[in-house]
Amino acid sequence: MNEFVERRISLSWTPPRSSYDVVIVGGGGHGLATAYYLATRHGVTNVAVLERSYIGAGNSGRNTTIIRANYGIPAAVRFYQHSVDLFATLEQETDRSILHKQKGLLWLAHTGPGARAERARAELNTAFGAQTEYVEPEDIGRICPQLDLSGGGVWPVTGGSYHYGGATARHDRVVWAYAEGAMRRGVHVHQRTAVTGLMRQGDRVTGVVTDAGPISAGVVLSAVGGHVTSLAVKAGLRLPIRTHPLQAFVTSPYAQGFAPIVSSAGLMFYASQTAKGEMLLGAEIDRQPSYSYNSSYHFLQTCAHRAQTLLPFLRQLRILRQWTGVCDMTPDYSPIMSATPVAGFYLTTGWGTWGFKAIPAGGEQMAELIATGNTPALIAPFSLDRFARDRTLADRGSAGTH
Amino acid sequence: MSLRIPCPHCGQRPIEEFAHGEVPAVPESITDHDHRDLDLAFMRDNTEGVVTERWFHTDGCRRWLTLRRNTKDDEVLGST
Repeated sequence: MNEFVERRISLSWTPPRSSYDVVIVGGGGHGLATAYYLATRHGVTNVAVLERSYIGAGNSGRNTTIIRANYGIPAAVRFYQHSVDLFATLEQETDRSILHKQKGLLWLAHTGPGARAERARAELNTAFGAQTEYVEPEDIGRICPQLDLSGGGVWPVTGGSYHYGGATARHDRVVWAYAEGAMRRGVHVHQRTAVTGLMRQGDRVTGVVTDAGPISAGVVLSAVGGHVTSLAVKAGLRLPIRTHPLQAFVTSPYAQGFAPIVSSAGLMFYASQTAKGEMLLGAEIDRQPSYSYNSSYHFLQTCAHRAQTLLPFLRQLRILRQWTGVCDMTPDYSPIMSATPVAGFYLTTGWGTWGFKAIPAGGEQMAELIATGNTPALIAPFSLDRFARDRTLADRGSAGTH
Repeated sequence: MSLRIPCPHCGQRPIEEFAHGEVPAVPESITDHDHRDLDLAFMRDNTEGVVTERWFHTDGCRRWLTLRRNTKDDEVLGST
């Protein structure tokens, strides 16, 4: 057995009960991590996670697995750095291999003002706990020798920030690790169970209606990706969310090691190497609000063209697979982790293009919120009512890419 | 193939030539003025199904059009 051949996971499937203390809608990373931390940190095990497909079928299986904390505002840097730290110890904690690899992240600038922005980002990130350094082009050439620093003569690299904590992990392993850890402690996970409605009593949510029958619950958490708006409407809530597709692709394996994750905001693409050697590339969200998983040739063409400007070796590789996820975009590019005006109904949403890296911290903090009823300081700024209070968290560092 | 929008002036053109013009609709049921402003600024129907939306043909005739589209599968149902 090696790190690529995972030992069998032991999940015990059980028929649903008619009532749980906590029902979590959505069996992706965030939902399962919340269940895991409810069980391990707070001893709350009368919990069910409901998934309409199979666990990890949604955005947890469609992201680009990048873990980083170099965001643009203090609240986000603190939160994501905590998640980076939890990811680093997740293998020991769950005793499962998630192929976690710290490799650093290079964020490139192509203009004078862009380089100054990276200098500012490095200062802000370091000040709030995410070690990041401004690097000159010659340093960048040492960190990533495969980069064409002239950018094909059109996009010269003028500087960048190097974020030491940048890492990747295998997405489905993360989902399985949390699912197994939660189920071993008594949490129920029900696949192929779609939530079709919410049970309400006065202004309180008291359970969910599923295609397998009603299930009452003390607390309902929506950890839904992509379709949260229609669930929230059933609780009488309107959300500040627009759902957009995001595409990505992988190439045939690159024989050499490609050390860091490389991002270029100017060229709007990012690249990293998977554990199997494939190069994984992505760009920005599609422009039309949509729930469609359609992929487009236009995306492949533009993303590949931009990427090979800086990484000429990509021209020798072939594209293997392309896929699409749907992203819940908030107006300020920050997530929503919150209680709501509806008693018994909680939200972890707005995970846009930045959800995977937040799975451990998002799950841990939502578990604390649900178990104690108090909003932890780390996620207090990300409440749903920030829009009404004029305390939005406009985050340039999340950028709608990764 | 990327999504194509039938422009009444230019014919079938790729979506990359267009800019999405959002038309936020505040539900009638919201009557409080501040609440209506909040809803207009931030909250969205985010409809899963057929929507009627406005697109601007930025890289073409530079005129607005109205498109009917199913957001479940991006099927285009017509434009005027």
